[in-house]
Amino acid sequence: MLRLENAQVKQGRFAMSADIALERGQKYAVIGPSGAGKSTLLNALCGFVPLATGRLIWNEDDITQAAPGARPMTMLFQDNNLFPHLTVAQNVGLGLRPDLKVSKRDLDKVNDALQRVGLLDQADKRPGALSGGQQSRAALARVLVQAREWVLLDEPFAALGPALRAEMLDLVQDLVAETRAGLIMVTHAPEDVRRIADQVIFVAEGRAHAPEPAAALMDNPPPALREYLGAG
Amino acid sequence: MAGRAVSLSSKTGIGAAALVVVLILGALLAVLSRAEVGSGLGRADWAAIRFTVWQAFLSALISTVLAIPVARALARRRFPGRGLLVTLLGAPFILPVIVAVLGLLTVFGRGGWVNQGLDALGLPTLSIYGLHGVVLAHVFFNLPLATRLILQGWHSIPAERFRLAAQLRLTPRATFRTLEWPMLRQVVPGIAALIFVICLTSFAVALTLGGGPRATTIELAIYQAFRFDFDLSRAALLSVVQLIVAGGAAVVALWIIPQVSIGGGLDRPVQRWDARRGLQRAMDAGVIALAAAFLLLPLAAVVWRGVNGLPLLPVSVWQAAGMSVFVAVISVGVLLALALPMAGWIATRRAGGVEAIGLLGLSASPLMIGTGWFILVNPVINPADVALPVTALVNAMMALPFCLRIIVPRLRETVQDYGRLAQTLGVTGWPLWRIVILPRMRGQLGFATGLTAALSIGDLGVITLFADQERVTLPLQMYRLMGSYQMDAAAGAALLLLVLALGVFWLCDKGGRGDAEA
Repeated sequence: MLRLENAQVKQGRFAMSADIALERGQKYAVIGPSGAGKSTLLNALCGFVPLATGRLIWNEDDITQAAPGARPMTMLFQDNNLFPHLTVAQNVGLGLRPDLKVSKRDLDKVNDALQRVGLLDQADKRPGALSGGQQSRAALARVLVQAREWVLLDEPFAALGPALRAEMLDLVQDLVAETRAGLIMVTHAPEDVRRIADQVIFVAEGRAHAPEPAAALMDNPPPALREYLGAG
Repeated sequence: MAGRAVSLSSKTGIGAAALVVVLILGALLAVLSRAEVGSGLGRADWAAIRFTVWQAFLSALISTVLAIPVARALARRRFPGRGLLVTLLGAPFILPVIVAVLGLLTVFGRGGWVNQGLDALGLPTLSIYGLHGVVLAHVFFNLPLATRLILQGWHSIPAERFRLAAQLRLTPRATFRTLEWPMLRQVVPGIAALIFVICLTSFAVALTLGGGPRATTIELAIYQAFRFDFDLSRAALLSVVQLIVAGGAAVVALWIIPQVSIGGGLDRPVQRWDARRGLQRAMDAGVIALAAAFLLLPLAAVVWRGVNGLPLLPVSVWQAAGMSVFVAVISVGVLLALALPMAGWIATRRAGGVEAIGLLGLSASPLMIGTGWFILVNPVINPADVALPVTALVNAMMALPFCLRIIVPRLRETVQDYGRLAQTLGVTGWPLWRIVILPRMRGQLGFATGLTAALSIGDLGVITLFADQERVTLPLQMYRLMGSYQMDAAAGAALLLLVLALGVFWLCDKGGRGDAEA
């Protein structure tokens, strides 16, 4: 169980509050208007922005002050998910060894992950030589070797076309099912929510609402969500 | 992401910055302790102050005024070799001063090419020594710098504006008034201020082309008080004066000095539709030809004379060359040890207040620092024993402000783009530098180390205070050859120095570009 207790984040004049509990193994979609604080919520969970008040609890441990690398989660950003000067294999290897001193066993794991996302033949290339979809796969291979309890997606596939994005989301779904990780993904697309989310966290006006079952919520949205979705 | 910035240790950065401050303030305190304020400034000292300010003012004025037409011509003309010429405009920055002086002497000196021509025409010859020569040399160094910076300004005008001007059929004069004049008004004062500050602390030019009661800069007066009279208290007093004059000007100029960008983008002229008539073309061509000749003739002279002089080089010159390379290598090491932690510290905070510490090195004159440390070490050890380390250290500190300006923006960008990724992966500490930061900054580091090495190899400054007969760098050895009228050997040494300075820069810069990817 991952709990944000009475948490508040302040950045300049912007403030966002959240008091939510998330269960491992569930898939959460974070939706809401631009600037409402979706990314801020993810950044707070990952430890990139400090909590002004409140605590972050993972199982029984208080991880409010933990460094990003020491938290049970990994995040894919909108861009810059791969170091352009390292090869695909090195980028994935960083998920196992932050000092890049990979052992033979680590290397096997890297290759397995690359195999899993269909990039084994691209292992020695640099990200710049890959297509957008392949770059996403490489980043997902790293997520796979990291095997953290939580995977957070801050719209990493936004620049991909609809078909490719759907393909990536399916791959993500498979990967979190394999590692039994929880998924928290920011999205703007209602069809993505229906496609993979179990629960929806609606963020609006500086507040992250408690998660609600996705299907029920999307079929019968409360007024604020209805206004955001624009569905007549 | 303001919150938790990437965890670059600020301790080493603060340590490095503190070291720079200690080195400068230590020298200042030493100087202050010996300066006998009671004795006051003599007439010669006031003359030196006046001359320093006046020559710097003239150099800045002439360089910027002449740079405007050159930059304009370069901005609006395409011709073969344009890219090469723009690149060459960067060369004087790393050109050893003493080499350029020899080139200028060959062209403009007493028996030089220009005077030979004037003489043949029955016209009176001109003298390169004194105010003329000092300003001429400063213009030689700073006209290309000003041209490049103003050219940057021209390139900052969006291409759409020129398209709009073409659609409106603006005359060249109207184009100038609406597009170019506002840009010039913004960039020119800062460039003039930068050149003024650089010329205030000029030493090697004044040493070789100035001198005498009417053409002595403060920096040269420090040297003379030190070297000829061994009057440490007067040298100290003059150092304080220099710090007030140059430091004050630098602090004022800091607010208007433009960002110095390192090439890139300047190779492409903007498509223009104005100024297409024959007269304007001819004038632009003339301006470019004159500027290129002014820049290239002295360099050609060095090469031409140097080739003849190379066989005459005494062994001492080769030894000095080895010393210079050694000093340059230490300088680069010191620079990296100072600049990287400082840059890491600066880049992870929002405002660049720390950059001011780097600039302290610019305002504090090398001879002031040299004098101070001479006073400090003199009672303990023979200053000549530390001549080379002190020279390397001072050279690194002089290059520090430029190098910080080169590497900090890139480091800041790297932290912004990849800081969070590194953090989620737990890449911190040394692996963060090794895996992420250093590879991302290869180009900038190559450029910065090349700059430092070239400046250090060509430097004729603080070494003049400390050197004895054995511990001599190549520029000093060349100066001694010139002083003893062995001009052919000096020319050979100049060519060697030129090749070394440009070569070491090229090597470092090339190493940085390497198989540059992404």
